[in-house]
Amino acid sequence: MTASAEAAEAVRRSIDAVWRIESARLIAGLARLVGDVALAEDLAHDALLLALEKWPATGVPDKPGAWLMAAAKRRAIDQWRRRPMLDRTHVLLGAERDAQGEAAIAALDAALDDPVGDERLGLMLMTCHPVLGADARVALTLRLLGGLTTDEIARAYLVPEATVAQRIVRAKRTLAAARVPFELPRPAELGARLGSVLEVLYLVFNEGYSATAGDDWMRPQLCEEAMRLARVLAALAPDESEVHGLVALLELQGSRLRARTGPDGEPILLLDQDRSRWDRLLIAHGLKALERSQALAHRAGRALGPYALQAAIAACHARARTAAATDWARIAATYDALVEVVPTPVVALNRAVAVAMADGPAAGLALVEALAEDAEAGGPLRDYHLLPSVRGDLLEKLGRLDEARAEFVRAAALTRNARERAVLLRRAASAGNAASAATGSDGGGEARAG
Amino acid sequence: MRVMVIVKATADSEAGNMPTTEELTAMGEYNEELVKAGIMLAGDGLHPSSKGKRIRISGRTRTVIDGPFAETKELIAGFWIWQVKSMEEAVEWARRCPNPMRGESELELRPLFEIEDFGEAATPEVLERDARLRAQTEGR
Repeated sequence: MTASAEAAEAVRRSIDAVWRIESARLIAGLARLVGDVALAEDLAHDALLLALEKWPATGVPDKPGAWLMAAAKRRAIDQWRRRPMLDRTHVLLGAERDAQGEAAIAALDAALDDPVGDERLGLMLMTCHPVLGADARVALTLRLLGGLTTDEIARAYLVPEATVAQRIVRAKRTLAAARVPFELPRPAELGARLGSVLEVLYLVFNEGYSATAGDDWMRPQLCEEAMRLARVLAALAPDESEVHGLVALLELQGSRLRARTGPDGEPILLLDQDRSRWDRLLIAHGLKALERSQALAHRAGRALGPYALQAAIAACHARARTAAATDWARIAATYDALVEVVPTPVVALNRAVAVAMADGPAAGLALVEALAEDAEAGGPLRDYHLLPSVRGDLLEKLGRLDEARAEFVRAAALTRNARERAVLLRRAASAGNAASAATGSDGGGEARAG
Repeated sequence: MRVMVIVKATADSEAGNMPTTEELTAMGEYNEELVKAGIMLAGDGLHPSSKGKRIRISGRTRTVIDGPFAETKELIAGFWIWQVKSMEEAVEWARRCPNPMRGESELELRPLFEIEDFGEAATPEVLERDARLRAQTEGR
């Protein structure tokens, strides 16, 4: 590369960085002014193109966010004024559109010299609006608020780039067609409206966290982006207990990212993880977020929500220096509260595991048996491999090895993960061997210590 | 990636002069921006080196040296740890930092090691030994 090419490349990279820092605010501010997400994004991109054209000569301005916003607003005013001559492809129709157009021009003119505000909360509520499906919400949020490119989203979700691009286009159309307004709910209503935003961020994190598929390099990026957006949300809605609860949950789970797979990519269970590989910085940050979440709930006289409760469970693990030091009684008690708020069989199964750790395998097994009965009657856990897997584990600990073997075999048949299947079959064989050894000798049996 | 942003010490900071209200306000606003961007993981200011200690390691001997330390320009007065997508993003944020000192001052940006940085040197055997050693040291 020549010196000038290198300099141009350096400016381009700084512009990338500025874009990453400013784009969400820029699009959010524009969306509030023009009332349409698609148009806001187009305007922001026009401003970016202008920056790419001008900045290599002038250098990056001192207040790049304000520069971009002013450029986008000027562009918007130009567009609205020239509008009647153009093909009317945009979302607003007829007279209503013109009226809104005039109002928008006035607003833009008035706002031309305003400092750049922070309207990202309103934008998040829009991109996570319940009128959109989960895939659409995720793609639009990552694109507009996370500043991820379509290509990055596609790689993370193992789908073709065109599919993601389609999702984003359709999502924007759906928002326009449903006339979802750009608005900030009153503080009293904010909590309810935030539910779908929290759900989207949790989904993004889990996509990165589950080691099932996707570009290896993009997976941790998704987790990091979900954590970052959750922190952003916590700064924008600082009085919402559940937002801090989500930050805590993501950071406490995220702290184990480096420890949860072995050298060959095989999953390592929480209790077997090398805790020195847990990320202390994220744990400290997550515990602080949980404290704030608890204090806010307490001050409002409300019980903890599902994210804060799950974070409280994750915090018990994070605080334990060794697996043996885990406060299982506290975890079991927290699950009691969680199963009240989220009464699903999966939570109930996790609660049974915690009870088994706190009060012994027999107590846990009693809860699991009840769930198994429900599953056999066609309940939602019917094909859930972890139910027989947990049952097998508890039976094994109780020395009921033949029954344990049968449960491991059943679990192996249900799982779709080859590595997990191998582990389960190995446990079935070991329980089987121990069972025959036990009948061959004094019947004592050697229950595997889990 | 994570970046440590180091605020270099100055004669002023080493003398233990506290910032003015205005300086504190400007830095507070900047910190708020970092929090709102979701990138700030940690950050703190440090007492002058007169309150610090050094441990010099040579072979088996360990010598404790009391502060203050002479070479002001190599001392640090504070730090942040940011979670960013690129070094350029960190630079862009650092450019926006108000002057943390009176007079001339300097920020130094250093990326933290991530597992990927060890590349091929981190074979499964190395990682395993590393994990075993960490487990042993933790156990002590």
